[in-house]
Amino acid sequence: MAASKAIMRGPTIIKAEDDKTRQLNKNTLMAFSGEAGDTVQFAEFVQANVQLYSMRNDTELNPAAVANFVRGELARSLRSRSPYTVNLLLGGIDPTTQTPHLYWIDYLASLASVPYAAHGYAQYYCLSLLDKHHNPNIDLEQGMKLLGMCTDELKRRLPIDYKGVLVKIITKDGVKEVDFDNDKIVRSA
Amino acid sequence: MDKIVAQYSRPSYQNVYSEQDQQDLTESLPPLSLKFALPPVANPSAFLRAMTDDHSNPSCPIKLAHGTTTLAFRFQGGIIVCTDSRATAGNWIASQTVKKVIPVSRLSRGEDKPTNEPTPGLLGTMAGGAADCQYWLRYLSQQCTLHEIRHKRRITVAAASKILANLTYSYKGYGLSMGTMLAGVTPQEGPALYYIDSDGTRLPGNLFCVGSGQTFAYGVLDANYRYDLTEQEALALGRRAILAAMHRDAYSGGFINLYHVKEEGWVHHGFDDMNPIFWKTKLESGEFSNVTSEL
Repeated sequence: MAASKAIMRGPTIIKAEDDKTRQLNKNTLMAFSGEAGDTVQFAEFVQANVQLYSMRNDTELNPAAVANFVRGELARSLRSRSPYTVNLLLGGIDPTTQTPHLYWIDYLASLASVPYAAHGYAQYYCLSLLDKHHNPNIDLEQGMKLLGMCTDELKRRLPIDYKGVLVKIITKDGVKEVDFDNDKIVRSA
Repeated sequence: MDKIVAQYSRPSYQNVYSEQDQQDLTESLPPLSLKFALPPVANPSAFLRAMTDDHSNPSCPIKLAHGTTTLAFRFQGGIIVCTDSRATAGNWIASQTVKKVIPVSRLSRGEDKPTNEPTPGLLGTMAGGAADCQYWLRYLSQQCTLHEIRHKRRITVAAASKILANLTYSYKGYGLSMGTMLAGVTPQEGPALYYIDSDGTRLPGNLFCVGSGQTFAYGVLDANYRYDLTEQEALALGRRAILAAMHRDAYSGGFINLYHVKEEGWVHHGFDDMNPIFWKTKLESGEFSNVTSEL
């Protein structure tokens, strides 16, 4: 899972090393984008509730349960006077079956289980690439190479500098941040 | 009576045009600002925008045919030109069988019968308003043909693209909508590719994608593009990039129209339904893994 590091207010980048993800429990991670303020508030609200559930019931929620909880909260907020405007990607390993799951959730509380996903302008450039190069059997090395192809394309074609991406991987042992070469110079055709 | 006869008859030869007139008629370009009837309102271009801009006003009375994916790129073996074939007017699919690649400079084209031999001449692509593109590319081919007659050689792509760019620039602000690419191989330039749009932009380049599906096509194309692609690889890449856009962009679809421009002229490589190609790509190469029949 990768998220850009820049935080922008109008024309200014006010922080270049931001982490736009929150770990919800041992084996689920959520990346977010959207309205300033809403994003972190909603992510930390969800994070707290998921952890509270685990403490009360002494059990880890699986990614499907977390995703449906998140969707439910977003759907509830959507019908309130000031809804959260956040787009989410939720990834995790199911602790019982050890299978990976990825969920795409948008600010209108649509939930979709997908093999690969993106939000924002990245969708328009990366989904066609992922359509072509992704298959469910790729290993970590091939996956990182594919992520490199996506970030290369964004560097080539997006007119804004998103200050590189922060990459985290989720395995059955938990979530860890990995190094990613954000300084590669990409040449256009 | 004599008066009436004189009025309706004329001498068998009458020198209506002077030498100078004849010279002017055969050698001059028609004026760039061809005369069109404009709507009788104070500000015609604002009126047009109010009637047709469905971005700001979804219930505007006239929906122009829009939405496209077209691409062209230069490589070692010439230029690949590939397009989809869908025309949309608002949310309505107006046609699935549009020919968005238009041969320009028709004099050396010989005849219209389909042939496997390369056909000399340039190719233009069509994105944006269908009528604008068809009309002005037809105008361009008239100018190119006249150039050929006058100078006894084919026009360069640089010159042809400049005619079109000057034309679009002279109409800037009047609401033209077109994004076109001109591709051709000439002895003076070698393989040449230009992008021209209705803002008056004119750019030479190696690789362009134009239309609502451009980002999807760029995604596939950029990742796999090299100048030293073989002819087979280049044709496959062009087709695959358009397929990606037709799959993801609601305003692109229909048939894949593929051309290869080389030294001797352009060769048509099919106008093929995307559906069987999509399923063949998915099932044989394992791509498009997000498309499943699972519930």
